[in-house]
Amino acid sequence: MKKLIIALAASAALLGGLATGASAQDKTKVCFIYVGSKTDGGWTQAHDIGRQELQKALGEKIETPFLESVPEGPDAERAIERMARSGCALIFTTSFGFMDATIKVAEKFPDIKFEHATGFKAAPNVATYNSRFYEGRYIQGQIAAKMSKKGLAGYIASFPIPEVVMGINAFELGAKSINPDFKLKVVWANTWFDPGKEADAAKALIDQGVDILTQHTDTTAPMQVAAERGILAFGQASDMIAAGPKTQLTAIVDTWGAYYIKRTNALLDGTWKSEQIWDGLKDGILTMAPYTNMPDDVKAMAEETEAKIKSGELHPFTGPINKQDGSPWLAAGEKPEDGVLLGMNFYVEGVDDKLPQ
Amino acid sequence: MFEAILLTVITASTPLVVAALGELVAERSGVLNLGVEGMMIMGAVFAFAATRYTGSPYIGILAGIAGGALFSLLFGFLTLTLVANQVATGLALTILGLGLSGQIGESFVGQPGIKLQPIVIPLLSEIPFLGKVLFSQDLIFYLSIALIIGIHWFLFRSRAGLKLRAIGDNHGSAHALGIHVIRMRYLAVMFGGACAGLAGAQLSLVYTPQWVENMSAGRGWIALALVVFASWRPWRVLAGGYLFGTVTIGQLHAQAFGIGVPTQLLSALPYAATIVVLIIISHNRRTTLINTPASLGKPFVPDR
Repeated sequence: MKKLIIALAASAALLGGLATGASAQDKTKVCFIYVGSKTDGGWTQAHDIGRQELQKALGEKIETPFLESVPEGPDAERAIERMARSGCALIFTTSFGFMDATIKVAEKFPDIKFEHATGFKAAPNVATYNSRFYEGRYIQGQIAAKMSKKGLAGYIASFPIPEVVMGINAFELGAKSINPDFKLKVVWANTWFDPGKEADAAKALIDQGVDILTQHTDTTAPMQVAAERGILAFGQASDMIAAGPKTQLTAIVDTWGAYYIKRTNALLDGTWKSEQIWDGLKDGILTMAPYTNMPDDVKAMAEETEAKIKSGELHPFTGPINKQDGSPWLAAGEKPEDGVLLGMNFYVEGVDDKLPQ
Repeated sequence: MFEAILLTVITASTPLVVAALGELVAERSGVLNLGVEGMMIMGAVFAFAATRYTGSPYIGILAGIAGGALFSLLFGFLTLTLVANQVATGLALTILGLGLSGQIGESFVGQPGIKLQPIVIPLLSEIPFLGKVLFSQDLIFYLSIALIIGIHWFLFRSRAGLKLRAIGDNHGSAHALGIHVIRMRYLAVMFGGACAGLAGAQLSLVYTPQWVENMSAGRGWIALALVVFASWRPWRVLAGGYLFGTVTIGQLHAQAFGIGVPTQLLSALPYAATIVVLIIISHNRRTTLINTPASLGKPFVPDR
């Protein structure tokens, strides 16, 4: 046993030596931590495409190592720390659940820059970046209200965090702008990634009568179930048209590449600083997949809404809006602060679910 | 509606039951293989690949079984021939399987799969309600029921089953009686691998006909727990698997129905229910001890 420990220690020291040796070269290491596999067809794949664009754009100047399928929780801290020790200059941690781990590791490594996706905790060497997904979800809600025969859609949610709650509300508000009686059923899968469970949630919602499905989980399984049952659905994070050529209405497609290139360039020329960035449709950090499987007038409406959001003419959260219990939240014409949206922990009127607290 | 729920429950429970049954046989022979998750995911990727190349999900099923069995052979060689530690080797098998399947399956991601179609049994499928639920299923569901009956018969009614249990309880004595301990354990491990592979095939051909890395998402571990839950008895595997599946699906429906119970609690319910039943059935320590294979996990080196 003792021998084994010595051997392990020796090889660890050797590996450590190799790692520092590598970082001594002039290539800058820009590292990524993924919550899922890089080929999940959804969230993580979108980040990995961004990473590949970054690598392609900056070529010889950088290396872009990544760790995939890193579970949220204590394991994440170890994974991020491992990246930090391996000589990364900039580390992107690409899941909400990595927030506390990122902050903790960042305290230990003040010279390394960190960027955490979708979180709200920052530090001098931790920036946050996020995309206004809710803009896309508002458009989806409008399409759903036009396309649903029953006025009832199903929403597969992951975890009751503000990001997800905001998406549910935006979808409902979009739908209600077309059909004031539109109802939304929500099922919490309590996972980001489990094709089987996501499919089960989709089946449960369809069995309870929804005829449009949307998801805030990472795999194409719900799209596949919707296709099999002959209803319509929206894709999430990546274009999921391959899983439902006659099913997908549109998808919110995350396009992180331009952002990753911008921030890495800032790091290279020394202008990087901790910022809290929240970009939307107009900045190209999210795009809508082609509007398919819908009549021309619905498509025209969706395109018009998209253009209005881009120009700033329309903000999905514009009063009058009531909370779920009917109490007023926003007065007519009033728009919420970003901070309110980012901490959203209540439903708007019309969501047929009790929000887990 | 009730029928629809039952159909979903069956789809969700079948892979758990099939994988647990295979592990049950392996453990009855005294081998603890923690690599179920790894063998399952290998079965899933083999089944998807073969279906994709041949266009036939039935060849996919065979490939899934073969994939799981071959992969378990690696475990068998390490633990039975080289007498490596079973727990460590099993964990390594899971990690290796998850990684290797990701490599093999890289080009299949996002490719449309072919779903295994149900086989409608004439006459029986016309029974109201039951017919649709029980006799209009896919082959893997029928196999899962056949496996339970077959394994029960094998373990408790056949001579070979008696030998297998003898090895699991005391490999030294079994060896002294002239039973080929290592050979039988190899067969039991491979049977376990084949079942895990079949369960994996169910995932990539029936449950969600597609390939995604890590798509087993911990089901192998639940199958492992089911074996203990079932106190190494085949019918209890069925009961346990379906209890777990029912509570899992039931909580999703409860949510969609709008019952105001915290969803975190609902999500934990399948595990909580399993633990409660485990406590109830294991309160009699003697029967639990009788069912537990006494040599489980212990290495066997035949003396000459």
